[in-house]
Amino acid sequence: MIRIDSVTKRYPDGTVAVDRLSLDIPDRSITVLVGPSGCGKTTTLRMINRMVEPSVGAILIDGVDSRQQSVNTLRRGMGYVIQNAGLFQHRTIVDNIATVPRMLGWSKDKARARARELMERVGLDASFAKRYPYQLSGGQQQRVGVARALAADPPVLLMDEPFSAVDPVVRKGLQDELLRIQAELGKTIVFVTHDIDEAVKLGTMVAVLRTGGRLAQFAPPAELLSDPADAFVEDFLGADRGIRRLSFFSSAGLDLLTAPVVAIDATAEQIAARGTTEAPYALVTGLDGRPLGWSEPDRLTAGQIDVGRLLPCGRPFVAGQDSLRAALDCAVLSPTGWAVAVDDEGRAAGVVSQASIAEAIRGAHAEGREEPRSTGAGVQKVIR
Amino acid sequence: MNVLNFVSAFFSDSAHWHGYDGIPTRLWEHVQYSLEALALAAAIGLPVGLVTGHYGRGGNVLSLVATAARALPTFGLLVVATIVLGFGMLPVMIPLVILAVPPILVTTYEAVRSVDPSPVDAARGMGMRETDVLLRVELPVALPLIFGGLRSAAIQIVSTATIAAYVSLGGLGRYIVDGLYQHDYEKVVGGAALVAGLALVTLALFWAATKAAVSPGVRRSN
Ligand SMILES: Nc1ncnc2c1ncn2[C@@H]1O[C@H](COP(=O)(O)OP(=O)(O)OP(=O)(O)O)[C@@H](O)[C@H]1O
Ligand SMILES: [Mg+2]
Repeated sequence: MIRIDSVTKRYPDGTVAVDRLSLDIPDRSITVLVGPSGCGKTTTLRMINRMVEPSVGAILIDGVDSRQQSVNTLRRGMGYVIQNAGLFQHRTIVDNIATVPRMLGWSKDKARARARELMERVGLDASFAKRYPYQLSGGQQQRVGVARALAADPPVLLMDEPFSAVDPVVRKGLQDELLRIQAELGKTIVFVTHDIDEAVKLGTMVAVLRTGGRLAQFAPPAELLSDPADAFVEDFLGADRGIRRLSFFSSAGLDLLTAPVVAIDATAEQIAARGTTEAPYALVTGLDGRPLGWSEPDRLTAGQIDVGRLLPCGRPFVAGQDSLRAALDCAVLSPTGWAVAVDDEGRAAGVVSQASIAEAIRGAHAEGREEPRSTGAGVQKVIR
Repeated sequence: MNVLNFVSAFFSDSAHWHGYDGIPTRLWEHVQYSLEALALAAAIGLPVGLVTGHYGRGGNVLSLVATAARALPTFGLLVVATIVLGFGMLPVMIPLVILAVPPILVTTYEAVRSVDPSPVDAARGMGMRETDVLLRVELPVALPLIFGGLRSAAIQIVSTATIAAYVSLGGLGRYIVDGLYQHDYEKVVGGAALVAGLALVTLALFWAATKAAVSPGVRRSN
């Protein structure tokens, strides 16, 4: 465990970047440092690998003061990823990734074999191996940066706004990849960002820092969203924290109605029976069970259902897997105001109204049953 | 008679191709002086430029020294050095080296200082030793500029090494000095053409060396 023990950093010009900060960073999880610009996130991160030395206080690694070992030994046990990747432009991609293993004295062949293995792990095509950094996009360079940091299999990974220079789509891909890697490798990751959404998505624990380098709150993201410690944290979380918090509630408890679902080959009696349910619309499914669209029940004629005239049903949510946020999103976007739930295979599992989603939200809030996150595993399922 | 006629007359006279005053001998002497001066200047300029550039300190002192060195008249230095030290190689090397150190020193310093700081930060963060940061991260990227500094120093040395002839040494300056003294303009022009040719060859060599030594990942614009 990394323990930051009442650490203060005062730069020579008198700026206090970090002020009596104490944090216990749990092993094998992602701890996110988040806060407005200049609040001391980078300084805190860099004190962990001693790129910056604390003025007061100590940083303990598994109970031992980090100043006990030599600076380079310490750093070689911690991967370090920075904003623009910081690749060595004169080295090929494999050789960039092989840097630390080579420093540790591995043979060239062994280091390169390891580098190729990591390229695969971070989702880089093997054909990039012999390229130079300038021949890669920003997102690809960032993957190389992550692979380089992982090369010697350090237990700790320090990441300073690694994804902030890429566009939102690529960033989402990189975040998902990081969660996957973390779940597979169980690294202790300290991740700096100024983006609260990124913090909520990635963090097992989130430390919110305020200007002046003081800790405002240290909590799991769901707790941050439900119980912000003060006005500053609440403000920093933004106006839609209520909606975002729904990401942490599972849709498993929703009451799905199956009655309004009719197959495209339904008989006249089956259609007639649908007209009597509480739903004003019927959901028509194909022979494979996938949703095709909505229709008013009295417009349906057995054997003559015209798929082209159905109202679109939009993107459904996966029952039990997606969060209440995803379910609510589907209902809000649906032309009928009803959300379509599907199973793992995409077959219609039922429909649910905005009203009953609202009911479920009230219930969930009352019970406060957010899904806890221990390691990164399974997080993607809930957050959609 | 024009210059080209002088040149062709000089080079077609077979007497100019043999003996201690022949073209091969003088050319070789000139190359030796130049290499020696360049090696000495690089031995001073490169390490100082690399280290000051790496730590980003001493830039002001460097440019002051460089400007001062540039202001010294080469020929005057030669005369003074010869009066003080007597005839020989050393009084010739002093002005040549003083001429060549500033471009090497200043460009090396600037080249290292202008290396993108983020790979350097990444290198330190992964626990690279400071000498390796300089030699394996900064130097390879700074190399094109450093070669540029060496190249201008080399060109200046090649054209200025003619001064050796004023203090009774050899080199291509012999033809110019002797030619002027003997009113043999064919010799003067021929000597000058050889110096110019050698400068061109130097340029070509540096172009090839840069191409061979700089990684294809380092783009020229840097
Ligand atoms: N080397 C330094 N010397 C003096 N002051 C510094 C130095 N580095 C950072 N600071 C100051 O310390 C404070 C915290 O800086 P830091 O880089 O840790 O912030 P940050 O939270 O990472 O900000 P950002 O989100 O903009 O990256 C800032 O006020 C900054 O100006
Ligand atoms: Mg920062």
